Amino acid sequence: MTRSNAATNTGHAYLELASLTKRYGQITVVDSLTLDVRKGEFLSLLGPSGCGKTTTLQMIGGFVEPTSGNIRLQDRDLVRTPPSKRGLGMVFQSYALFPHMTAAQNVAYGLEVRRVGRAECEERVARALDLVGLAKFGDRYPRRMSGGQQQRVALARALVIEPSILLLDEPLSNLDASLREEMQVELRRIQQVTGTTTILVTHDQNEAMALSDRIVVMRAGQVEQIGRPEQVYEHPQTDFVAQFLGKTNLVSASVRTVNGVKEIVIGDQSFACDTALPEGPVRIAIRPEKMRLASSGIPGIVKNRVFQGTLWLLEITSEHGTILVQQPNVGTPPPRIGSACHLDLDGRDIHTFGTGV
Amino acid sequence: MSDTLDFRRIPWSPFLLALPAVVVFFGFLLAPLLSTAILSLQAFSLYTGIQNVYNLANYIEIFSDNYFFEIFARTARIAVLTTVLAIVVGAPEAYILMRMRAPWRGLFLLVALGPLLISVVSRTLGWALLFGSNGLINETLMALGLVESPVALMYTEFAVVIALTHVLMPFMIISVMVTLQRLNPQIENASLSLGASGFTTLRRVVIPQMVPGILAGSIIVFAMAASAFATPQIIGGRRLKVIATLVYDEFLYSLNWPLGAALAMLLFAAVIGVTVGCNALAERYFARIYR
Amino acid sequence: MRGRNGFWALAFHTLFVIFVLAPIAVVCLIAFTPESYLAMPTNGFSLRWFEALLDNRDFVTSFQTSLMLGLLSASAAALVAIPASIAIVRYRFPGRLFLLTLCMSPLMIPSIVLGVAFLRYLSQIGLGSTMPGLILSHVIIILPFILRTVMNSFGSLDPALDNAAASLGSSPWTTFRRVTFPLIVPGVVSGWILAFITSFDEVTMTIFIASPGLTTLPVRLMLYIEDSIDPLVAAVSAVLIALAVLTMLIIDRLFGLDKILIGNIDSDKNS
Ligand SMILES: Nc1ncnc2c1ncn2[C@@H]1O[C@H](COP(=O)(O)OP(=O)(O)OP(=O)(O)O)[C@@H](O)[C@H]1O
Ligand SMILES: [Mg+2]
Repeated sequence: MTRSNAATNTGHAYLELASLTKRYGQITVVDSLTLDVRKGEFLSLLGPSGCGKTTTLQMIGGFVEPTSGNIRLQDRDLVRTPPSKRGLGMVFQSYALFPHMTAAQNVAYGLEVRRVGRAECEERVARALDLVGLAKFGDRYPRRMSGGQQQRVALARALVIEPSILLLDEPLSNLDASLREEMQVELRRIQQVTGTTTILVTHDQNEAMALSDRIVVMRAGQVEQIGRPEQVYEHPQTDFVAQFLGKTNLVSASVRTVNGVKEIVIGDQSFACDTALPEGPVRIAIRPEKMRLASSGIPGIVKNRVFQGTLWLLEITSEHGTILVQQPNVGTPPPRIGSACHLDLDGRDIHTFGTGV
Repeated sequence: MSDTLDFRRIPWSPFLLALPAVVVFFGFLLAPLLSTAILSLQAFSLYTGIQNVYNLANYIEIFSDNYFFEIFARTARIAVLTTVLAIVVGAPEAYILMRMRAPWRGLFLLVALGPLLISVVSRTLGWALLFGSNGLINETLMALGLVESPVALMYTEFAVVIALTHVLMPFMIISVMVTLQRLNPQIENASLSLGASGFTTLRRVVIPQMVPGILAGSIIVFAMAASAFATPQIIGGRRLKVIATLVYDEFLYSLNWPLGAALAMLLFAAVIGVTVGCNALAERYFARIYR
Repeated sequence: MRGRNGFWALAFHTLFVIFVLAPIAVVCLIAFTPESYLAMPTNGFSLRWFEALLDNRDFVTSFQTSLMLGLLSASAAALVAIPASIAIVRYRFPGRLFLLTLCMSPLMIPSIVLGVAFLRYLSQIGLGSTMPGLILSHVIIILPFILRTVMNSFGSLDPALDNAAASLGSSPWTTFRRVTFPLIVPGVVSGWILAFITSFDEVTMTIFIASPGLTTLPVRLMLYIEDSIDPLVAAVSAVLIALAVLTMLIIDRLFGLDKILIGNIDSDKNS
């Protein structure tokens, strides 16, 4: 519900990053990043290691000073506000729980420094621990808790102060796969219950797509694309985004017009396609799950096939290079390695990026 | 082809490896200590020397004589004051060093810890030169007109405590830095992000986590201050004896070895008692949190 | 948040640095006095006390004794400590904890107690006032340092390395020589250096076992100071300080002083 609300709400920004830049000496780590975050939305910063996600989050949190640019929260200038006055909740990658305090004391800390009365404090701590499913663990010290439990204490500690924005720096990266999935569901549920505007840093594309209202794909300190998960996945604007989010086939092709209709030509096959690009060579991307084996189409030879449970992944050698094809497992095994085959696709599933090779 | 497993299956190899250490430590640590313990039970007379009579007379003499009590009390006082001073100066300094930026931290670490490599005698000599009646401190005081004639600083407990603090400070800094180093650097940020001021963060998050390091450092500093010899000998001289310098006098001037041995054994027992006791207390206290 | 020391912190730090350096600086300055008594070199610098030092047979010989003693006892301690640390780190056997406690115990025993103990024991077994006697006593007090650093470097080794080497057909001895030992060399070297320095600077225990004919430099200096303090002892100390600074710079270059004394400070580069 929150999801559709936030995604369609194009109203004015809650948190505003304007030409935010961070340099260390000669190296530009975050490069004039401009971004609007809407109230109540769950936004992910997604990008490869070292692209400046943590630095961006730390600048919002106030732990790294921007070289230039602006951060505004509801028209309040954050850059000049010390971190302790920003009122943001932060969950650190290492959790950063206070080891000498119990879970409940950790959660209470932010309320105590705000001089919240004792009774109210206790009640809010209990509620926060309950929210993250740790009602019975208040007296435990962090060292005696599992990774997932510690992570939830860190989340409760950040949420209990009712932050205007919740900042999460790869909070799930230290967890094993099944616990991570469980925590993703939890995180999404908690965010929807509290309605807290949330910014999540991650380099896991599945996590970003599963959780977010919008995804910001970053590359080398710059925004590569912003959009809803399915937008970014289905309509990548650059081949970097196409490759970073899921598997994709990049192929050289060309555009031509036949009877006033644009066509994409791959080898001697042509596919009707609705593209704004002028005629000439282009680079295109096609998702493996959008390709299918057919009796005619692009010819190739099965080089390898991998069983993935619900899917078969085929590697097909063609004159356009190796093409990946995903086929649902419907009971009939795909062609054997070494056999010839043909690939077909729908022109509408082709993404084109500018003129290319 | 033999492999590691075969090697490990030979049950006597660890004993063989440890043999040299065992021989050296039994032959040259346990045996001498045992012989000293026995010596402390023997009688002594000025004319016949050490006698083959075994009793607790030396210990009884020490416990019944006010002279010895005073020296024990002074030693304890000096050790406690030195420890307190080392905490007050060393713990904040360790924190400051930890927060320094790259080139400065390396440089000042050398300044703070480097003195460990300089002989205790040389470092104490520096304080003797500063504290002397025509030393730098007195000259400055007189030049400023604060005092008419030199203040007696040498041969005072104050001077011994200052010099000992200087000598033992690095141990406190090291042990506090070891704990600070294990501290997750994000923890201070976490506290700030929850709205705590820098001072609150220091008081409620940083200092509580420094406590184990301060405690470990205090135990080391106390034990070393209580048994220090060179510094009290140079700064305190004959006039201001502590147990260690008393033992030295008994052995090399009075030649009453059994009494000296008894004093040494008592010092040993006291130091071990305090060290082990504090360690046990600290461990019980921290076991709850840091298992 | 690193590197944000406020005004008061820096003021405190400045006082601390003065406190640490003052006595050391005073010694070095007075060593250069042209006067025949303890005075700051206000009328120019002179090397007369360093010349006097070179002419003083007692100090020169005891310096040689100290060097020799440090070299021999640190090496002997390393030879004893390395196998012992292998036994402790790599094996589980009855008495293991006792062995560890025994080997580390000299750190807890006041040096004065050891001095008293060795004074009589060494002469009883005929090693009183001899170099072997001095070496043995020093091995006892410096062994814990080597044992600790070597055990630490064993501890940071991947235990799978041994099995990997064995799987490649290497015998246990070859594995030790080609794989394990090269990896613990830094630990051995830094432990050896700490041990050498400890032995070289030891005074409390050594003053009991040294004899007029066989004395180390710190003991000679201590005995001299008990009698009188003159610029000559300042000159000796200045030389010792210069040597210490030199050693410190070398260690810092080789390993980083902080790493030897504190452990790896910069290992926590966590965004
Ligand atoms: N204090 C610093 N000094 C110099 N360079 C830095 C500093 N902090 C970060 N960097 C550099 O800035 C770049 C971005 O760092 P950042 O931590 O923001 O990356 P990230 O996107 O969070 O990566 P990861 O996914 O690995 O956490 C990196 O190349 C890093 O080396
Ligand atoms: Mg990061």
